[in-house]
Amino acid sequence: MDSIIAAASVIGAGISVGFAAIGPGIGQGTAAGQAVEGIARQPEVENKIRGTLLLSLAFMEALTIYGLVVALALLFANPFVG
Amino acid sequence: MNLINSSILIADVEIGTHYYWNVGELVFHGQVFIVSWVVIGLLLLFSLLGASNPKRIPESWQNFMEATVEFTQDIARNQIGENAYKSWLPFVSTLFLFIFGCNWAGAIIPWKLILLPEGELAAPTNDINTTVALALLTSSAYFYAGLRKKGLGYFKRYLEPTPILLPINILEDFTKPLSLSFRLFGNVLADELTISVLVLLVPLVIPLPIMGLGIFAGSVQALIFSTLAAAYIHEALE
Repeated sequence: MDSIIAAASVIGAGISVGFAAIGPGIGQGTAAGQAVEGIARQPEVENKIRGTLLLSLAFMEALTIYGLVVALALLFANPFVG
Repeated sequence: MNLINSSILIADVEIGTHYYWNVGELVFHGQVFIVSWVVIGLLLLFSLLGASNPKRIPESWQNFMEATVEFTQDIARNQIGENAYKSWLPFVSTLFLFIFGCNWAGAIIPWKLILLPEGELAAPTNDINTTVALALLTSSAYFYAGLRKKGLGYFKRYLEPTPILLPINILEDFTKPLSLSFRLFGNVLADELTISVLVLLVPLVIPLPIMGLGIFAGSVQALIFSTLAAAYIHEALE
């Protein structure tokens, strides 16, 4: 592998997964905070809130996973090699 | 040094290496087929055990399978609605049970004990071909649902709410399977990678909570995939 392509791919992989974690991190924090607030206000609907929260957390996590997929493609299935 | 070497051996991740089967011109990823056949076999076995001797008051296996089917029925009914969900229940249930079985088979069964000449046995959903196939099946399912319900009038949906949004509506048909497949593939692979890296660093006890998280994430991903598939079908039927 060309060393410049290799170096750029590794840096790109790190940056892609790092930046992809920022937005979902903020989003998940907000969602979890609101869920706690909801449970504190109405403890009787805790189960419903927990289910919805887990589902939406998984959706947000998917955004980071997209970054991870890009990083994995750069590391293990790089289209710019050869 | 020996300990480090053996832990590297246990934690060895093989990404991009496969156990190739050549059939004529075609090349298959053998390890995916072996594990998915095991999963399909287990699902068949459970259904046979549950349905072989039905009783009015369900016992053991029948009870378990009825609870499972009721759970998947809830997924389909909550998304598609009371009227139309019956004809789509088999599809949504199959998606849920197969993905759930694949994720848990990869997380629970110690596949590393079985050595292959190349590649390694793992969850079939950590191969992108599996998840893309499932996502494309979902796409064709909702197209079929819409076309059967409304005929060619189904395509009027692309001009709503205004014709200006036509390109975005068309784009949506491509992003749906893309996000479905990447989400499942990435989550399953990320779990296995995290576990491998942790095992490489600390081979004992410490990776256990992450393995538990992997089992949990596997079930949530199966739930999400089937919920989204049902939601897309509902959107097409609306």
